[in-house]
Amino acid sequence: MAFTTLFGARIRRREDPRLITGRATYVDDVKTIGTLHAAFVRSPYGHAKIRSIDLSEAKSHPGVFGAFAGDDLARAGVKDLPCAHKMTELLVPPHPPLAIGEARYVGEPVAVVVANDPYAARDAAELVHVAYDELPAVVDPLKALDGKPFVHEAFGTNVAYRLPIASGDVESAFKSADVVIKQRFVNQRLAPVPVEPRGVLAQWNPGDEALTITTSTQIPHLLRTQLAVVLGLPENHIRVIAPEVGGGFGSKLNVYSEEVACGWIAMKLGRPVKFIETRSECFQSMIHGRDQIDDVEVAVKNDGTILGMRLRVVANLGAYFQLLTPVIPTLTLLMAPGCYRISNVATECIGVFTNTMATDAYRGAGRPEATYLIERTLDLIARKLELDPVDVRRKNFIAADAFPYTTAMGLTYDSGRYEATMDYALRAADYAGLRRMQAAARKEGRFLGIGISTYVEVCGMGPSAAMPAAGWDSATVRVEPTGAVTVLTGISPHGQGEETTFAQIVADELGVPLEQITVVHGDTDKVQYGVGTFGSRGTAVGGAALKMALDVIKQKAIAIAAHQWEASPNDVEYRDGKIAIKGDPSKTMTTAEAGFLAFMGDRLPPGMEPGLDATRRFEPPNFVYPFGTHICVVEVDPQTGQTKILRYLAVDDCGRIINPTIVGGQIHGGIAQGVAQALFEEVVYDENGQLLTGTLADYAVPRAEHLPSFELDHTVTPTEVNPLGVKGVGEAGTIASTPAVVNAVLDALQPLGVTHLDMPLKPEKVWSAINNAGGPS
Amino acid sequence: MQTNLSAKPALIPIDVEVNGKRESLSVEPRLLLVHLLRERLGLTGTHVGCDTSSCGACTVLLDGRSVKSCTVLAVQADGCSVTTIEGIGEASALHPMQEAFWAEHGLQCGYCTTGMIMSAIDVIRRNPDPSDNEIRAGIGGNICRCTGYHNIVRAVKAAAKALRERVPEGARKGNGVPAAPEPVGASGGE
Repeated sequence: MAFTTLFGARIRRREDPRLITGRATYVDDVKTIGTLHAAFVRSPYGHAKIRSIDLSEAKSHPGVFGAFAGDDLARAGVKDLPCAHKMTELLVPPHPPLAIGEARYVGEPVAVVVANDPYAARDAAELVHVAYDELPAVVDPLKALDGKPFVHEAFGTNVAYRLPIASGDVESAFKSADVVIKQRFVNQRLAPVPVEPRGVLAQWNPGDEALTITTSTQIPHLLRTQLAVVLGLPENHIRVIAPEVGGGFGSKLNVYSEEVACGWIAMKLGRPVKFIETRSECFQSMIHGRDQIDDVEVAVKNDGTILGMRLRVVANLGAYFQLLTPVIPTLTLLMAPGCYRISNVATECIGVFTNTMATDAYRGAGRPEATYLIERTLDLIARKLELDPVDVRRKNFIAADAFPYTTAMGLTYDSGRYEATMDYALRAADYAGLRRMQAAARKEGRFLGIGISTYVEVCGMGPSAAMPAAGWDSATVRVEPTGAVTVLTGISPHGQGEETTFAQIVADELGVPLEQITVVHGDTDKVQYGVGTFGSRGTAVGGAALKMALDVIKQKAIAIAAHQWEASPNDVEYRDGKIAIKGDPSKTMTTAEAGFLAFMGDRLPPGMEPGLDATRRFEPPNFVYPFGTHICVVEVDPQTGQTKILRYLAVDDCGRIINPTIVGGQIHGGIAQGVAQALFEEVVYDENGQLLTGTLADYAVPRAEHLPSFELDHTVTPTEVNPLGVKGVGEAGTIASTPAVVNAVLDALQPLGVTHLDMPLKPEKVWSAINNAGGPS
Repeated sequence: MQTNLSAKPALIPIDVEVNGKRESLSVEPRLLLVHLLRERLGLTGTHVGCDTSSCGACTVLLDGRSVKSCTVLAVQADGCSVTTIEGIGEASALHPMQEAFWAEHGLQCGYCTTGMIMSAIDVIRRNPDPSDNEIRAGIGGNICRCTGYHNIVRAVKAAAKALRERVPEGARKGNGVPAAPEPVGASGGE
């Protein structure tokens, strides 16, 4: 039978049978005997002094086995929650797992109760009496910049850091400009909302003095390391299991109070402790994303050429640092020039504390903000100079022959063909036809808009030197004696489908049927140390490590076969999935046969170590930079202010594609989350720090009716950064889509002279803009 | 209403048919159907995603109609039949809706999927040949954060077509749940 390669094939996901039949195991599906259930008592105030915590009534409630406050953990030596960063000048606030002395955001855990039944635990949590003295709160990051009240009084400021990055001669650029355009962009706070909220099950084995934490996480090994530090246990006495994880989007790339508290209580009481959060708790106490105020100023020539850019990012960090809180907004600076030649830049990122939940990595994590501000700016330039937005982009693109291209921000983009991909998208969308349709619609008084976003993003995170912690990842490949192939990957997929795509890679390289391949992940006792799944790194980093391990396996298998055939390994190769002698079709050996010989050990070349397995780690020499063009067509109803997406077309370039179906799914979901920011979603706190969007009834996650079908296409520009030639794709859709939608809505309102509106573009906001509009700009 | 938190609430006996099997249990009056299924009967394929009946992850069929089992008390299911994801098919004999979600890549993390499939089955029961817009309206009670719904709509459409073509009306059995077709291969590949 002919050998069919699977790289590029639309094979069905191997994960799915268990998921579609309800046989998958998420954290709450793990049932242990004698489990205690945790319920957390959380601050109802944005900012308050904690005068006292009375646990006595809760402790005496039937079924309750314990109730604890922050002091109990501190006395036992439990340390603060970690933050990973390499910033030199940064104020890092103390962050105990349970608040001590002061509560600084609504939902901050203050105490925890464990009972033999989750209903009893929640009843008893109501019986914990906390005496608070409410303190003045600050929620608006611009007010926080100005001074009091301070979130952390000891700092005497709310500014956690100021990070300037500048390059070129900005002053001269602005002096020689024909036009200067200034705009403030508010990038509103979002909630990640994985459909599975957080959950953790902690089990203490007193015989081995070992703690097993089963938790809904994207980073089992990093979490293990941090728990070892925080709980003071040897790291090899902790096992972290990421079972089936019901969505992450960055929100589960963290170390949470609840994970620490459950671990500590399980050790203290010797009973399994489980915590499954409610959706309301998830809105309060899971990290949020975005929340920046971005002041942009660009110097432009009359032909649309951008000469220089000034940018001030004010990033609302929240009250405390979670794992990557201060780092995320710095990515906005780095990617602010987008896919354009802007050599003169003066930028600053100011991170400020407020009485809100911490912001951190949410799908795109700092890059959607960058793409939004630059893609909106390009449209403002076009509007001001009465140019087509397409032409302004064309004027400023980094040329295809300029790669690798080092930007003013110091990043080196690996590969790109921005103009070719944009032209491909324009043809696919029939851009000229769309503009004619728009002109006709405008004559009828209809508000049709066309929005374009030409994005580049940074992912495949990343070179260790440029990461807050390790950026490499790992893979082990084992050819078992029966010929089954086991892959242990250091990444921790939770919907991205690497059990399938990695198996495709193995099948191609080793000629092993898919059914013989198992991809294992998410268990620190099974898998060698790995960094995890985030930053669109799974395939670009973890997949690259897999390719390296497979190369080792193949070389050894070739040496084993050559020895049997008394041939030189140089004359033996992998051909059509089998080991074969070059130019001789008669002699072949399968990987399974070589694996069996390696197991038997008695017919190996002299001095060769038995066994056929390999572990390799890939240290990325650079990030990868996917790019593309998204085109959105909307119609705004002037009677209601409602935006309807008529068409959404995306042409993405993520390098070589292993499984187009899975890549398409990633783009779909990414676009949906970007559209959601543009039109619907917004975390709102009132001025006292009270969370007003605390349920799915208040926070507008789009439903099927709110979204269009998507038209997808791809160009393929490989990268040389990794041996697979792949770039990441998990976040690209989210990064690209938000400005495409907003540009479309503003383009629809162009006849009214409305140049900018801040997100989300809810009907009321758009309706008001229409009714207050002065006239054409 | 239970106001004395320390008092042991009286248990209520109920009879429920779950996935074709009769279950007789005693439950607290406040016990939710979803907790009955997950904690008492071990049917963990039904998930909980919120506390405001907003997300639909917990959708099951109650006497053949989709309900959010976080908003039904176990005592309300007394005398009723309940069908969960575990009751409609397994890997070796998938329900056409499960098959279609797999074929069309209608899921990623899988958490909303089981509830989404149960909702979609009810959508098709009510309207065997739905348009894209009717499908989108029909699954409006279920949130998916991964797929952008694009492939879910395709899956429901494909399942509706498969059911119209493969299963004659008379062959449908209990609870309005269409009978599973002949087993399909579970090894992947198209």
